[in-house]
Amino acid sequence: MKPLDILRFALRAVTAYPLRTALMLLAMSIGVAAVVMLTALGDGARQYVVNEFNALGSNLLIVLPGRSETRGVNPANFFTETPRDLSIGDADAMHRVAGVVRVAPMVAGTSEVAFGGKLREAMVVGTAHDYLALRRFQLAQGQFLPDEEGQRNAAVAVLGSKLRSELAGSEPVIGRMVRIGDRRYRVIGVLAPTGNAMGMAVDEMAYIPTEQAFALFNTSTLVRIFIETRDRAAIEATRTRVVNTLKARHDGEEDVTTITQDAVLGTFDKILSAITFGVAGIAAISLGVAGILVMNVMLVAVTQRTPEIGLLKALGASGAVIRLAFLTEAVLLSLGGAIVGVALGQLGAWGLRLAYPVLPAYPPYWAVAAGLGTAMLTGVLFGFLPARRAAGLHVVDALGRR
Amino acid sequence: MALIELASIERRFTLGDSVVHALRGVNISIEAGEYVAVIGPSGSGKSTLLNLLGLLDRADAGTYRLDGRDTTGLSPDEQAAMRSRHIGFVFQSFHLVPRLTAAENIALPMVLAGIDAAERKRSVQKALAAFGLADRAHHRPNELSGGQRQRVAIARATVMQPAVLLCDEPTGNLDRHTGQEVTHLLESLNANGVTLIVVTHDPAMAERARRQIRMEDGAVLSDSASSVGVAG
Ligand SMILES: Nc1ncnc2c1ncn2[C@@H]1O[C@H](COP(=O)(O)OP(=O)(O)OP(=O)(O)O)[C@@H](O)[C@H]1O
Ligand SMILES: [Mg+2]
Repeated sequence: MKPLDILRFALRAVTAYPLRTALMLLAMSIGVAAVVMLTALGDGARQYVVNEFNALGSNLLIVLPGRSETRGVNPANFFTETPRDLSIGDADAMHRVAGVVRVAPMVAGTSEVAFGGKLREAMVVGTAHDYLALRRFQLAQGQFLPDEEGQRNAAVAVLGSKLRSELAGSEPVIGRMVRIGDRRYRVIGVLAPTGNAMGMAVDEMAYIPTEQAFALFNTSTLVRIFIETRDRAAIEATRTRVVNTLKARHDGEEDVTTITQDAVLGTFDKILSAITFGVAGIAAISLGVAGILVMNVMLVAVTQRTPEIGLLKALGASGAVIRLAFLTEAVLLSLGGAIVGVALGQLGAWGLRLAYPVLPAYPPYWAVAAGLGTAMLTGVLFGFLPARRAAGLHVVDALGRR
Repeated sequence: MALIELASIERRFTLGDSVVHALRGVNISIEAGEYVAVIGPSGSGKSTLLNLLGLLDRADAGTYRLDGRDTTGLSPDEQAAMRSRHIGFVFQSFHLVPRLTAAENIALPMVLAGIDAAERKRSVQKALAAFGLADRAHHRPNELSGGQRQRVAIARATVMQPAVLLCDEPTGNLDRHTGQEVTHLLESLNANGVTLIVVTHDPAMAERARRQIRMEDGAVLSDSASSVGVAG
């Protein structure tokens, strides 16, 4: 029997029992659709986090006060307070470390921010000129904190885009005064909207020079030092030099934690990839269930069509031809289901993207391929037993049964 | 040399602990082109004999030579290949594939034999015309009358131009008139050289055959040809 004829014969059998075929397609497609959609969700979440981190800049080295036991790959370190001090002197010393391109200290606190008649509670960040470039922020208007000698501690402020619109609406703000706590600052710039970077509402913050923030919050310790290294490759060597420099400045004690973007990103990436694989695995179980259904349906088909199998054999069909015909039928059913499933899954992913526009919920290619492949394999695997049973039937017995 | 030669054929079925002797010591020789009716009471082993002749079944003892070839040691697939080339079957219950049209049912043996579509189409067209089914080519079995169904089955059995046509009660499910039509059809095939072997309960049909083999209790009770003297 020619392969094309086997395919045609199996196709006729598939289309001859529409209800059975529809049910099979449904069962199989649900499994495949689940794989496609859930991986789209998982991978979308991963992409989202990766993008968020990449927005920070990939050459970023962050210094935190305090020694972390787990060497700083835990994202929770970003937000924990530690008693060890980092001084402005430490930050200045970073400028002299080889491989360092930009340095921005950071002091942070919340304070009242008043403009015109409006009053807001806002996060106020004390930092320096380089912070803008280092964090890859864009200015909407004006300029960022000054870098010129003698101007660095001027009473000026830069507003986040949301804070600006909440305080001033559409009124111009550049050159006008804003009150932060009990101090007055001249607004010199407004940031372009950035969205939520790393869980911090950047757009709702106000930025003032470091020394101004020290005075405002009555402190002299930094919560972070942001360092941009020359390139990604230099980041490890630079980290070592940074730590050594700080160690020397802190009486030989290594009392800081450094975090690199890569390490944090790597951890997130790993966690979210694991979740994606996990959900794919769970969805694959439903494929297995569908496979058992395929087997069951095919076994019923063999029983129902026993006289037909007997006839085919009487007409000269070899066992191999019968086996191939039934196997082809099983594979057609599973593959058809898989194709419907991929379509449904893509539709679901599209729905997800509509519902959560920030999430790039596209199913990864490997998931689509794996879904189709698994479905086909399931068809072969679970179609094998029924096909073998059909091929093994005794002609006379099979013919006799009606 | 005869087309079909059976010598000391035994066929036993075991059901639980009772053994049914369906065929015992059967010796039959059939020449090419003969018209043979196999008759006998129910359970006498007629169908068992026909299945054996058609290589659907295997004897427990004895030898069966078909067209000079010993079939005793053939594997099921070798049997299938020989059936495809040498033997056509017509069954009492037609055995048409319900989802396939008349033309597709007729083409089935050629499809299974791997004959290409163009040649298939030619043979099927010819068969449809010869059996008066030209206007029923695209009908499914459930849209055909009993007589038409059996004609489709006969067309299918002969489309590969086998040497032997084996019919197990071909008129058993038909009324008297259509039964006669089918009988005439089979006889015309025989007239064209096909060896025709028919199992029948119909005395009228058995009368028409040139040779009658009467079975009883698994053995050949009488064979109208044996008086002529068959080598054995
Ligand atoms: N597969 C089988 N298993 C057990 N016994 C069988 C089997 N096939 C046939 N027999 C027995 O062998 C004997 C002959 O059966 P067979 O079908 O050849 O009879 P038959 O002459 O064709 O009868 P009928 O005229 O009713 O069709 C019967 O006793 C039957 O019960
Ligand atoms: Mg019988």
